[in-house]
Amino acid sequence: MSATASLACPEAPLEALDTLWLQVAGTLCNLACTHCFISCSPANHAHEMMDLATVRGYLAEAAEQGVREYYFTGGEPFLNREIFEMTEAALAQGPLTILTNGLLLRPEGAARLRALAAASPYSLDLRISLDGYDAAGNDAVRGSGTFARVMAALRALAAEGINPVLTVTEACDGAASAPGRSRFLDLLRAQGLPRPRLKVMPLLRLGAERARTRGYAPWESLAGRALTPSDLSALQCTSSRMATSRGVYVCPILLDEPGARLGARLGDAGRPFTLSYPACHTCHEQGLSCRT
Amino acid sequence: MPDVTGPATVEAGRFRSVALLGGIYSNYLALGEALRLARARRVDAVFALGDFGAFGPHPDRTVDALRAAGIPAIQGNYEESLAGGAEDCHCGYTDPRDNRYAQISYDYTRRNTAAEHRRWMGTLPGHVRLTVGDRRVLLCHGSPRRINEFLWSSTTPAAFVARLLREHDTDVVACTHTGLHWSRLAGGRGVVNAGALGRPANDGRTNVWFTVLSAQDGGGLSAEFVPVAYDHERLAREMEAEGLPPEFVETIRTGWWTTCLEVLPARERGEGRF
Repeated sequence: MSATASLACPEAPLEALDTLWLQVAGTLCNLACTHCFISCSPANHAHEMMDLATVRGYLAEAAEQGVREYYFTGGEPFLNREIFEMTEAALAQGPLTILTNGLLLRPEGAARLRALAAASPYSLDLRISLDGYDAAGNDAVRGSGTFARVMAALRALAAEGINPVLTVTEACDGAASAPGRSRFLDLLRAQGLPRPRLKVMPLLRLGAERARTRGYAPWESLAGRALTPSDLSALQCTSSRMATSRGVYVCPILLDEPGARLGARLGDAGRPFTLSYPACHTCHEQGLSCRT
Repeated sequence: MPDVTGPATVEAGRFRSVALLGGIYSNYLALGEALRLARARRVDAVFALGDFGAFGPHPDRTVDALRAAGIPAIQGNYEESLAGGAEDCHCGYTDPRDNRYAQISYDYTRRNTAAEHRRWMGTLPGHVRLTVGDRRVLLCHGSPRRINEFLWSSTTPAAFVARLLREHDTDVVACTHTGLHWSRLAGGRGVVNAGALGRPANDGRTNVWFTVLSAQDGGGLSAEFVPVAYDHERLAREMEAEGLPPEFVETIRTGWWTTCLEVLPARERGEGRF
């Protein structure tokens, strides 16, 4: 046990449940990216696909609690055969963002999403993941041929007037720098998106990423740290929860940690969370938020 | 930040109709025209919802006019930051492009705001409560719980609004901060975002907007958005003379937002040109 382990870690209260994440595809994905912090793959059944009835149950509970926004993630959400029905159900009660690798987004799917968005008073947003400026850089992380397929998905969305947020991690060198951002914005414009949107995220040294680079070091800890109220409010665990097939977790990141499962229902998951995981250090120090 | 907040909440009284001014952003020309229109409508009172500076030229002219007219006002994030000596506006942006322009705007406003005005800003309340007809209205800048929370039409669902009304013991939340006006009222309860008086509504039109809340004869309340045409070309020339970014000037001349766009939700972003 490290020397810091005996120091108390700060506690994060749930100030208000504003954001509900739903891991609609579980840890199942059509890719096996080398930096995935929960090691999603076609064979990872740690968290299973959610069915529509389960999603509806969480949505009903969320409405009672006055949740402001919804996110669907996985795994790859569009592997879920009920994804469009789930999208419609979420959009009936609030804004929705879907995090996807884009590989399954073909013109007919994009058209269906546009129709669902048009029928709701609330925003539908898509986040499309990419990890390089070109096929060589991206495909080394996300898999052979994925760059070209993501570009095709972006063009399909553009044709339907959907303007997704390209989400890039720092696995791509220089992604957060001004020149790096410019390259991605130009790439989006070239796919027919004249108002390009970009989010750059730090890496989480969990799951597959541990083998690609390194795991967390002992100093990457919030043990012994005192966080101010505004520090705490900036953490997504003070305003969101993540529902999966296995229950409600504190955040979208700590899904491999049994201690991060807070209960079976949202109503069970409102207690404070002790920030004892190294990923909590990333969220605090790097200002990581999974939100758009 | 030093403790410069005025009283948390002020009770303003009972009214039949009130005009609400969203972010003025130093557009003192639109302010003059809006006050004239509000008087012509014989509203009982006018309230300013914060963010008097930013974006436009000569911030003291707006504050001079507000104070001379005795307009009751609450703090926006600009007033909170200016009064507290903060280094940035705390607008709540997360994208570096948004923040770059926000900083230019804040630095200019801070340089050109008199110390006495900054002191006055520190005396303003965070919230005002009033009654319009038979409805309780809570005036705030961003949201009742956070001065820089963005309440956009497409990301403020009914269930969340119900929670805000319940937790803050009111029938109506009236706010600004987003720069886009909208309302969702059911049975005289809900949210009214007064939009901005200082910047066009990203719709390709050069006019700006203020809001009138009116009691309804049978009970309840309505929100009307009032367009304000003003000498926008004069404002644009003054902004150029002050060395403000050409992107800001373009917005005044065209009605399309050119900066601080990344914070917009998908729906609202899609309705603008950029």
